[in-house]
Amino acid sequence: MSGTWMTTRAWLLMLPLLVVMVAVIGWPLVDTIGLSFTDAKLVGTAGNFVGLDNYTNMLSSSNFSRTLITTTLFAVISVAAEMIIGVLAALLLNQQFRGRALLRALMILPWALPTVVNATLWRLIYNPEYGALNAALTQLHLLDAYRSWLGEPGTALAALIVADCWKNFPLVALIALAALQAVPRDITAASLVDGAGPFNRFRFVILPYLAGPLMVALVLRTIEAFKVFDIIWVMTRGGPANTTRTLSILVYQEAFSFQRAGSGASLALIVTLLVTVLAVGYAALVRKTAGSAA
Amino acid sequence: MLKSIGKTLLGAVFVGGVLVPHAFAETSLNALFMAQAAYSEADVRAMTDAFTKANPDIKVNLEFVPYEGLHDKTVLAQGSGGGYDVVLFDVIWPAEYATNKVLVDVSPKITDDMKKGVLPGAWTTVQYEGKYYGMPWILDTKYLFYNKDILEKAGIKAPPKTWEELGEQAKIIKDKGLLKTPIAWSWSQAEAAICDYTTLVSAYGGDFLKDGKPDFQNGAGVSALKYMVDSYKSGLTNPNSKEFLEEDVRKVFENGDAAFALNWTYMYNMANDPKDSKVAGKVGVVPAPGVTGTSEVSAVNGSMGLGVTAVSKHQDEAWKYITFMTSQATQNQYAKLSLPIWASSYDDPAVTKGQEELIAAAKLGLAAMYPRPTTPKYQELSTALQQAIQESLLGTASPEDALKTAAQNSGL
Repeated sequence: MSGTWMTTRAWLLMLPLLVVMVAVIGWPLVDTIGLSFTDAKLVGTAGNFVGLDNYTNMLSSSNFSRTLITTTLFAVISVAAEMIIGVLAALLLNQQFRGRALLRALMILPWALPTVVNATLWRLIYNPEYGALNAALTQLHLLDAYRSWLGEPGTALAALIVADCWKNFPLVALIALAALQAVPRDITAASLVDGAGPFNRFRFVILPYLAGPLMVALVLRTIEAFKVFDIIWVMTRGGPANTTRTLSILVYQEAFSFQRAGSGASLALIVTLLVTVLAVGYAALVRKTAGSAA
Repeated sequence: MLKSIGKTLLGAVFVGGVLVPHAFAETSLNALFMAQAAYSEADVRAMTDAFTKANPDIKVNLEFVPYEGLHDKTVLAQGSGGGYDVVLFDVIWPAEYATNKVLVDVSPKITDDMKKGVLPGAWTTVQYEGKYYGMPWILDTKYLFYNKDILEKAGIKAPPKTWEELGEQAKIIKDKGLLKTPIAWSWSQAEAAICDYTTLVSAYGGDFLKDGKPDFQNGAGVSALKYMVDSYKSGLTNPNSKEFLEEDVRKVFENGDAAFALNWTYMYNMANDPKDSKVAGKVGVVPAPGVTGTSEVSAVNGSMGLGVTAVSKHQDEAWKYITFMTSQATQNQYAKLSLPIWASSYDDPAVTKGQEELIAAAKLGLAAMYPRPTTPKYQELSTALQQAIQESLLGTASPEDALKTAAQNSGL
């Protein structure tokens, strides 16, 4: 079989996928770009061409900069916490002990539950009148009165980050656990013989095996965290006083609640661009890590 | 032979093609409702069952979403090419829905009997620029609920008639150690907060808009927000109010943790149900108070209507369903969580029995219902006001400054 036929066949096999990709990603993207230069409303008129107005208005608004900071804070802290807790959980679950299988199965539960269920659950836990968190902390005498966790700007974002971590650390843990099981036993055994302590063993023997897969987890989680919507929408709707409003909520309000489709499209594209930059940067990092590990 | 089979098959297809529409004459309607407050989901299902029993050729698929999702879901379904035939809409949306052609103008379908029978205030729920965009279905305003037991223990003879008096009575209750924070409101970053705020704006006799421009940043609008902030800072108001929605207020009140609570009609019978509520039998209700020299009572128009969407392919059947749901017979039968829109219902013992106190409050409250502004940009205005309220409560901005910013960000 000739090389050209192989290539042709490969393209032929890819064709259905390409058509679908263009239809579901390409066309809406082009449509959104077009929309972002107009003052179109969600329902009704198609809108007039307004050039870059939507972009300049959006980028110069205090809402945007404030929301960008909130989103970045949320993404950086929750992803960092998820990575650390995830790796620790994986190291624990990689040990031999009774009930390990059960614990592994249980751990996946928060991640498997729909986000809305998670969010509703955490809303109940944080409830300022009857919530479990307040009950526990007052009974342990760590708190002398019930607090409004989601109603105070000082604690609302932190409370959301905890809820998000609880949901998403299992994903990191699963990826890390799979990688840990690929670490050859003779190598860890050899490092023991050489007298490496637990920290050095993790840093020099185990971590190189984890680096690649963890990088993938990091990319996935960062992009997801940057686009976070549902968990926050259910728990605070961006309150109190917009201190937990993220970029996705801003896009939603602009495009759907206020029905300014054009302006919403420009904001959505700005977010897409930010996420793409993040993804490309990470991808370069993954290649580097994979290259050095090999 | 083959040819004749082919012909028979072809004939069968044609016959089938003609027969099918008759055999399946059933029309399927999709209706969007709200999952909390006013009529319960079970009530809506029971009403709908009664409708389909009387109209076996019409099937109604019901969908329930929380109030917070109702507007966006309706608009999104429309933007993506339809989905619903009948939608429940809040009093604040007809302006926007009419401007963006979400709802059908049903003015020609409103009969004289309807015009005469329905309370005049109820009609304001579905009107925009003189046209009707549906039938009012839930007639509602916020009332002041009080715990009779706690007031009695505090030696208070009668519930407050003015907002000032509410503060004084709450202080007595707090000072006597009966409750730490006697008043509960729904001041979460949501429309609920605007309803409480509007009730106060109405008490202070203010305007939201003047000649289409924001006016809440002057006079009464500022007094209303200042009242909220003072009540919050003095500790008379439950500080968690700033993350409460109506259902949170209800739970706190039903648990006996509030002496006073502002809430909709539905709380009266729910809080009096011993299955859920610790305060059953002790629930008092009066119209929201007034302000000395300005108003006797105060009230926000929190009514909702049922409308036919512009994309519906079964507009006649949809209207038939709406007329059934809003009919006096149906409304009288389910008058426990939401009061009828029909004037004469209030003299019907079947409606008033067991809720005489609520009916008495309703007669005053419904007559004083104050509208939130009718503007196509209502969602923006509301979002800006929600932020102003929360910033003032949190102390990050003074009520004056917060409202000035809200006026600038209102899109008007």
